[in-house]
This record gives sequence, C-alpha cells and structure tokens, in this order.
Amino acid sequence: MSQLLQFVISGITVGVIYGAVALGFTLIYNASHVVNFAQGEFVMLGALLTVFGIAAGIPYPLAALLAVGGTVLVSVALFDFALRPAGNAPIFALIIITIGASILLRGIARVAFGTGYFSLPPVAGGGPIAIGGAVLLPQSLVVVFGTVFIVVVLRLLMQNTLLGKAVIATSSDAMAANLVGINVSSIVRLSFAISGAIGALAGILIAPIALASHDMGALLALKGFAAAMLGGMGSPVGALVGGLLVGLSETLSAGYISSDYKDATAFIIILLVLSAFPNGLFGKGGYDRV
Amino acid sequence: MKNILIAAAAGVTTLSVLIGPAAAADPIRIGAVISKTGPAAFLGEPQQITLKHYVDKIDANTSRTFATRLIENDAVVAAIGTSTTGGTLAIAPVFEDAKIPLVSLAAGIEITEPVRSYVFKTPHTDRMVCVRIAADMKAHGFNSIALVTGTDGVGKSMRKECTDAAAAKSITIVANESFNPKDVDMTPQLTKIKNTKGVDAVFVGGFGQSLSVVTRNYGQLGLTIPQYHAHGSASKTYIELAGPASEGVRLTGPLLIVADQLRDNDPLKPAAVEYAKTYRELTGKDVSTFGGYSYDALLLIVDAIKRAGSTKPSAIRDALEKTKNLPGVTGMFNMTPEDHLGINENSLYMVNIKNGDWVLAQ
Repeated sequence: MSQLLQFVISGITVGVIYGAVALGFTLIYNASHVVNFAQGEFVMLGALLTVFGIAAGIPYPLAALLAVGGTVLVSVALFDFALRPAGNAPIFALIIITIGASILLRGIARVAFGTGYFSLPPVAGGGPIAIGGAVLLPQSLVVVFGTVFIVVVLRLLMQNTLLGKAVIATSSDAMAANLVGINVSSIVRLSFAISGAIGALAGILIAPIALASHDMGALLALKGFAAAMLGGMGSPVGALVGGLLVGLSETLSAGYISSDYKDATAFIIILLVLSAFPNGLFGKGGYDRV
Repeated sequence: MKNILIAAAAGVTTLSVLIGPAAAADPIRIGAVISKTGPAAFLGEPQQITLKHYVDKIDANTSRTFATRLIENDAVVAAIGTSTTGGTLAIAPVFEDAKIPLVSLAAGIEITEPVRSYVFKTPHTDRMVCVRIAADMKAHGFNSIALVTGTDGVGKSMRKECTDAAAAKSITIVANESFNPKDVDMTPQLTKIKNTKGVDAVFVGGFGQSLSVVTRNYGQLGLTIPQYHAHGSASKTYIELAGPASEGVRLTGPLLIVADQLRDNDPLKPAAVEYAKTYRELTGKDVSTFGGYSYDALLLIVDAIKRAGSTKPSAIRDALEKTKNLPGVTGMFNMTPEDHLGINENSLYMVNIKNGDWVLAQ
C-alpha cells in the first residue's frame, strides 16, 4: 500500500510537469494551430537563466522573474522573427520552423551555459514529509500547486476577460476574428508570450527536483506533447490531465511491470487511449463545414 | 570533465610533439579524436606541444570521419581516442586497416578483448570495477544486494559485469532495477528496493547526472542501505548535484582523486600528485579522472616512441606492447601481446564520500 502511494506521489509530481509543458503546447496550438516544438527549450531557459541569475548574485525571486521575462522575450522573438515572416506557409512548414528554433536554442544554451548539469535550491525547504509509509518532498507540493494555480488562472482569464474571448475567437476562426476587429497577430503573439512564461515557470519549479541542463528540453517536449495529445490538443484541462496520466502510467509501470519498459508502457497506453478517443480525452472533434 | 561525462561536445586535435633534439626539425604528429576537455591536460607535458583544435559534436559517424581525416590528411603516426566505447569501436577498424596505433580513452572491455593488434586503451574496464566492488561487498558481509543501472550502454555493461562478478563471489542479487539516464525521478525503482526484504547493499551503475539523481532520490526516500557507485561518480559535480545524500556513498576511486592520501612509498604517488598540481596550475580546476586517461594515452605513446627510437607506426605499436612498469596517473602500465590495457584493479581504490570529499577507505 505504501508502495502504491509512493508511485502515485512520484507520478503526480512528474505528471504535472508534463502537464505544464503540454499547457504551453495547447495555448500556442489554440491561437495558431502550430505545434511549437521549442516548448521544451522554454522550460530549459527558465531553469538555466534562474540558475545563472542566482550565480551572478541576483536574489532567487528576482532571478526567477528575470528568467521568466527573458524566456517571454525569446518566445515572442520566435513568433515575430521566425513564424510571422513565414506568413501563410502551410502549418507543417511552421512546425518545422519551431523544430529548427528548438535546435538553435539548445545550441546557443550549450555555448552560453555549457554542457553541465545544475540544480536550484528548493523553494519549500525542509526534509521529506512521511505519509503512510511513503515520502513526499515539500518541493513536489510547490510543483503541483504551482501548476494547478497556473491552469486555474489561465482558465479564468480565458473565460472572463475580453482578451481571453479574443483568444478563443482567434482559435476557432482566425479570419472571422479578424473581421470583427480582433488583431489576430497580437493575439498569437500574446499566446506565445504566455506559453514562454508557463514553460519558464515549469522549468523553475522542477529544477530543484530534476536537474537543469542545456538539453533537458527534448525529453520534456516529447512527454509534454504526448500529454497534450492524450488530453486533447487545445484543451488546457486536458493538458493537465494528460500530463498526470502520462506521469502516473510511467511510475506505475516502472513499479509494477518493469523499469526497463517504463517509457514503452507509457506510450502504449497513449496509443490505446488515442485509438479509442482519436481527439484525445478532452479534445473537440475537428470538422469542416461545407 | 563535465563535458566528457555528458559526451556532448568533442573535438579533434592534432598534436605535434617534439621529442629530443634529434626530432626537433620535424615534429611528430599524433592525432586525437576526443571529448572537448582533454587537451588542457596535455599542456603539462615537458615536450613542446602545439594544438590544432577543431570542435564539433561527436558521434560514431563523425568520429569515423575525423579518424580518416587524421590518417589521410594529417598523416599521424599514432592517435588517441575516442572518449566513448561506441566511438572507439567505430574508428578501431580504420586504424587497424591503416596500421596506425590507437590508444582509446573509453572503458568498454570490448575494445581490448579480443585484442586488436593496433588498439590499446587506458581506463579500467567495467569488469575490474565490478570485481573490485564485489570483493569489497563480500569483505563487509553483504551477501544479498540490489542493482540499479542505467538503460544506456554504460549501465547495461555494468549490469552484466556486476552480475557476473557477484555470482563469482556467491553474492545474490535480490532486486534488479533500471532507469532511463534522462529521467527526472528514480523514486519508483528505489521504492521497490526499499520494500525488498534483506537487501544488504545497493550498487548503482550508469553515466552522467542520472547517478546523482539516483542518490538524491535515495536520500529523499530515507534509504540507509550502503550505496556503492562505480568511478563514473568520482567527480565533484556528482557530489554537488547529489547534495548531502552523497554522504557515505562508497565508490571505486581512481588513483587521481586519492593520490595525496596514498603512502609516500607508493610508486604511483609521485606522477599522480605532480599531474594534479600541474593541471590545477594550468586550468585552475581540480583534476578529472577523464583528463587523466588522455594524459596516460599520450604518455604511453611518447614513451613508446622514445623506446622504439623511431616514429614508424609499426615500431610504435611494437614498443607500446612492451610497455613495462610505466607509472601513469590511472595505474601502473604493463602491456603484453595479450593485454592491451596493462593495468589491473589494484589501482582502483575504495573511497567513501565524507564532508563532500573523498576519503580513502582503510
């Protein structure tokens, strides 16, 4: 029993991180239908900029804030200098651009930060908390509540503000949104900025648990993308639920089946779920009106 | 050292080594396909060394390209590299065909077993590490152990060799877990070990930062079973990243990290202490075991050239095979036609991590 509890605790901690990455995918997808594969690099930037900010003598909260700001700038630059000039290129071309951007950012990070691994001090101090034979790190609680907070705030913003409604309108039909006076381009830029911020925050939250390095983004992007697909591309709640499912299936299969096939088991579960729900668990079916 | 651990960045280096006045007019060219941090280590050599340095990302394909470039364009008489077993196995045939001696910096036992006539290596093999650890476990009365190994090449090789070494010492493996080296959390695997009855000790084998994640999670779960690591964890980075959880970890330490704790009459002490001092003066950093491998590789080649009195690749090869009692910074080298590594597990020391530093176990 304590074993199961430990697996669930680990699964949830890893899962919400995947969820946060998936959320970044979702936002940009909603606004522009582009799957932004540089999302993992935003996470890396958030974590490493904070690490180096602290190393340069900046206090933790300020360093974190600057890291989020820096990542937002990179994210907006990605939109303005790489994606917007490509204009009406097919979605596939735009996705390839984001893959290129991800490789570029990783390369720059390798030169700027080196190939080492770094750790951040946990926000919540203190030793592990024992619950029924399992242990929980205070930082895990910070990760979980931090991510849930982000999702809730985002959902409230989307549903209750004019800006949020503009994002929803752009996502459902960019041309119609344009016709009613919404500046589509700024809405897409805004969603890039928010995605960058969320990615950076996720990086800052997990760096004390996992380690930060220039190439940490690739694996997170893969898992986050799987989570977004599982939850239904475009649904913020789906992103979080998808992340949790991926995280839990990983730890439970590592625990009860074999750690050798951990990743494989997780992806097989995703394939099975997607064959039953092709649009993901929370996704809306895509259709075209003729 | 971080670079080598991660094996992401690498370079090709051509060295022109001037040995003695006779050769002064015409530099001897030695090539190297190595991970990026190696070159600084060579600077301590008394010989006049010039470096030509191309930096590039290395994998099996690129190392093969670099190897061919060294042989055909740079006309080297001997070469050093690569830092990984996979990379070495990829370039070994190139050097075998060209009949140019190659000294590898990778641990894999496949490099020198079976013996290739032109391929040598400097680091201890995984088998030696496992034999050393199994003997230490037996001496402490640990008869049932758990293995936690990475799913990468190093981890798999460690798992195989340590399973054999444990069996040879009639140690039972009661739990066998693995982890993906990129994973951020190894708690599930360690929880299983925690709930397995009768585990006397845990052996962790793998590569890079994943080892420190294992140790961190180990501490977080409150596990107190003795933890053994291989020399992949013999770096200050490991101690920093693993934090207080690394306290008490027992590992096979290479000569370099414990050199100043050795007895003064130890024949290996002077060279290792001297190298550590020079390295620190030149780079301002602590020595890395991995830099030591490349230092030893160059030392072996230079020694062979001197004894051969010739720079013909075949003469260098023959002399390399006859290396006797050469104190390197990894161990005492004694090559034979059957043994192209030349060091044994005697130069692996059991070390405990105490107060963030290594202490030689008595």
